[in-house]
Amino acid sequence: MSGGRHYLPLTGAERREMLAAIGVDSAGQLFDELPPAIRLQEGLELPPPLSEMEALAHLGELAAKNRHLREYPSYLGAGVYDHFIPSVVAHITGRSEFYTAYTPYQAEISQGVLQSIFEYQTMICRLTGMEAANASLYDGATALAEAAVAACGVTRRRRVLVSRAVNPYYRRVLQSYMEARDFAVEEVPLVEGKTDYTKLEAMCDQNTAALLLQQPNFFGLLEEMNGPAERVHRHGALLVLSADPISLALCRAPAEYGSDIVTGEGQVLGNPPSFGGPLLGFFAARKKLLRRIPGRIAGETKDSEGRRGFVLTLQTREQHIRRERAASNICSNQALNALAAAVYLAALGPAGLREAAGHCLQKAAYTREKITALQGFEQAFAGPHFKEFAVKLPGSAKDLNRYLLEHKIIGGFDLEPHYPELGPAMLFCVTETKTKAQLDDLAGVLEGWS
Amino acid sequence: MKWEIRKGLKYTKTHEWADFADDLVTVGITDYAQDMLKDVVYVELPEVGREARVGESLVVLESVKAVSDLYAPVDGAVSAVNEALLDQPELLNEDPYGTWVVKIKVKAGGAAPDLLEEGDYAALVKEEADQ
Amino acid sequence: MSKEQALLFELGAPGRRGYSLPQLDLPEKPVDELLPEEMQRKTGLDLPEVSEGELVRHYTALSTRNHGVDSGFYPLGSCTMKYNPKINEETARLPGFAFLHPCQPVESVQGALELLHRAELYLNEVTGMERTTFQPAAGAHGELTGMMLIRAYHRSRNDERKIVLAPDSSHGTNPASAAMTGYEIKEIPSDKRGLVDLGALRETLNEDVAALMLTNPNTLGLFEEDILEIAAAVHDVGGLLYYDGANLNAIMGHARPGDMGFDVVHLNLHKTFSTPHGGGGPGSGPVGVKEHLAPFLPLPLVERGEKGFYWKDDLPLSIGRVQGFYGNFGVVVKAYTYLVMMGAAGLRRAAADAVLNANYLAQRLKKSYALPYDRLCKHEFVISARKQKKKGVSAADIAKALLDYGFHPPTVYFPLIVEEALMVEPTETESKETLDRFAGALEEIARLAEEEPERVTAAPHTTPVGRLDEVGAARNPRVCFEGDE
Repeated sequence: MSGGRHYLPLTGAERREMLAAIGVDSAGQLFDELPPAIRLQEGLELPPPLSEMEALAHLGELAAKNRHLREYPSYLGAGVYDHFIPSVVAHITGRSEFYTAYTPYQAEISQGVLQSIFEYQTMICRLTGMEAANASLYDGATALAEAAVAACGVTRRRRVLVSRAVNPYYRRVLQSYMEARDFAVEEVPLVEGKTDYTKLEAMCDQNTAALLLQQPNFFGLLEEMNGPAERVHRHGALLVLSADPISLALCRAPAEYGSDIVTGEGQVLGNPPSFGGPLLGFFAARKKLLRRIPGRIAGETKDSEGRRGFVLTLQTREQHIRRERAASNICSNQALNALAAAVYLAALGPAGLREAAGHCLQKAAYTREKITALQGFEQAFAGPHFKEFAVKLPGSAKDLNRYLLEHKIIGGFDLEPHYPELGPAMLFCVTETKTKAQLDDLAGVLEGWS
Repeated sequence: MKWEIRKGLKYTKTHEWADFADDLVTVGITDYAQDMLKDVVYVELPEVGREARVGESLVVLESVKAVSDLYAPVDGAVSAVNEALLDQPELLNEDPYGTWVVKIKVKAGGAAPDLLEEGDYAALVKEEADQ
Repeated sequence: MSKEQALLFELGAPGRRGYSLPQLDLPEKPVDELLPEEMQRKTGLDLPEVSEGELVRHYTALSTRNHGVDSGFYPLGSCTMKYNPKINEETARLPGFAFLHPCQPVESVQGALELLHRAELYLNEVTGMERTTFQPAAGAHGELTGMMLIRAYHRSRNDERKIVLAPDSSHGTNPASAAMTGYEIKEIPSDKRGLVDLGALRETLNEDVAALMLTNPNTLGLFEEDILEIAAAVHDVGGLLYYDGANLNAIMGHARPGDMGFDVVHLNLHKTFSTPHGGGGPGSGPVGVKEHLAPFLPLPLVERGEKGFYWKDDLPLSIGRVQGFYGNFGVVVKAYTYLVMMGAAGLRRAAADAVLNANYLAQRLKKSYALPYDRLCKHEFVISARKQKKKGVSAADIAKALLDYGFHPPTVYFPLIVEEALMVEPTETESKETLDRFAGALEEIARLAEEEPERVTAAPHTTPVGRLDEVGAARNPRVCFEGDE
């Protein structure tokens, strides 16, 4: 018996009636124009189908082989974060009028998605201080890469500078996107874990499209932002940022220090880590760059009766119209994750977001002090941190993580493969989800590691 | 015919009009072109000073769901752009012959432009419209 | 007629919130001590201030102003808006999947790696490919990845090629993706059958052609029956064949891109494999390749070793990463759930029913609309409103009129080679009654177009808003709420 019958409504009698209406004798004849050499005679070699009950059991077994973040406290960050998600988020994203719709091409019956995108765009603008935002991109990494491509387009230049304190995975994606177009990427070195702006004098010139920074940077350090915008703008280049949206509740809005494009990972806003995807790339920019923004954008307008309504606007930037001259090839985005982000931000409100960010700041600082007080654990970099911090270890991070896992703790991110100059080192992330008891336990377990 | 074709102008096969005065040519789009494009919502203008070559896209015209190009009718250099179009692209729909887009200073010895007189252009429009 | 739905920013009151956090349970330091004053935010944080109940009512109201597959028929051509099984939502939300961090030690994520490995084996079998990566987050992202792979392949052979070919009926993402990898695009015309013009293709092919991008069945819903000749011609000049998997739903279990000669494929899990479209995303665009392209796949790949599954990261020829981690894993969980429940016969039956539904509708609708390519179609077909256009009724008007019958309209004005195109993809999960009702609505609209065209051009009448001013929206873009400022 074939699987999935409860998804297929046609009955045998209906199939026969419909085949007769078309004028063919059998379903097989519907495929008669396929060359015989490629037409499958035997079925595909796949395991026999499972019923719903069996499928749930099978998927449950696979899930049970994993140790997840609701089971073991985790100190991993590095681009994907464990923040608390209020129940209301999943209940709204679980409304199937939203999640079973596609891109809102037919605005009259898509006002729900369109208005929610418009509200999301507005919240992203307000967080970053930018004047325009899009409906979402795949993740923080591709959002930064798209920003670099856009900067090259605006300036008609073919080279960007990226700080070595930008997430190494993001830099790898950036490299792929830029290489594909034969654009160049140069790395700005670090001093004490922060971008060495003194190097910009020599590196930034009239061929530079943009400087790409992360704030807080990959080590959780807050970069000094008074200098860079002026330095790059002097050469006609753009300042492009990858920012943690939760940090923006407390930290300076990127518009305050001259950013031209602000991107980042929006997973932190109400989306589970989900093994690294689906995530949420956000992309915001100054109004003068509006037509260089990739992807969908919702805009406000009026209907035939003068009522407020929303449409996808500036569609001529996009692939389905401009084809090979489009701002980007993106079509499907991460709309449902953007909806989650909007619900999350609205649920928290300004006070809640400041509180969550404040807890991250306090708890990370507390943990940093505790860990770096231990014998052999040394703070890698001084300076203000947000929710992550790097620690030099007395042994390898891999071994430490194995040890922590034995103690039902998911340890931090192993920095050494990406920053060999640090030696054995780990990036810890502490969010509002951790309790003092868990943090004290972590320090206790670390103390016992030898 | 439904579309105006103004006397005293030269035309291109890509539906630009060109008005010559010494070595300066003023370029816009024809009534037929604006009607095919429908409501123009955005005009992407070139920089003044940019070199123009016959048949090369100089300006991008956008309607809600289409993008089309304005092609240079002559070799030369862009000497002026109509910045009013940045805020009021609808002028192209409202008054296509009264709304210039770019002015080009013709380059001496450039490629011979392939321009139509109004009668030949009218025939071209009729042919395209009938298709 | 309905009212406007207030924006979140117009609801609530200062001081309201829809969220609670525990008290900070450790000694609090002054913020200035942790975050120097000059690094603190100066701009206000003007986010909504609403209670949880207000928030739920707002979004519930918005949801009623939206049409999804669960609301009704959604025959959007080339998008495969099939039913999204509910079990998929449940499996993807299992904490053992949803609450995994991508950088966890591999020994703590064996189940997730096993799922990726098994899903890869399923898809390799469905497509006839050797290896599949799940890193691309959507179909267009898969295309970009595929083009990067093709470029890396040619470069590794010191063979710089400049041109990518695509038929004039191709999806807009094809030329856009090729352009993002620096290729020049050349269009291949379609012939009278609506298929790739083989003669024109042969004339265009030369040793500068890196690849031909093809959707099969194509966007007219027609199977490229010369596919073996096409593949041979492209391979003869050293080019590669790229399969845009948007239309795989038509043939799964009946034929495989790998057997047709394709070197690279991308799939859309959100189309063919039943995962929801999410109001625009997330999707998932896995890319499958034949052996000669495997060394270039993005990092990392899942491998099975003696001690279990692990990430293979040492691929010296890899194009690198195209997404921060391993793609939209949550979407892969949903698609995998679908695959294990369908099995081989289920997939084959689904494709056959999708094709049956499309042909049934096409044959009925050709009585009231022009059917420019009247031959056996696959999962979708394209009708033209050119007859109706003579009465002043366009494809867009017909689309808007369908809204009043409770149907989502087909894709309009695509493919570009059919005037006044309406591209209909019913999918296999629709019943005969639904198809008949839909055909009835289109027939009535065709009649109205003859008799009272102004009733069609004024539609829709029953939707939450009427036709929206897109020209105004594009001329004076308002993409962010500015309040009463």
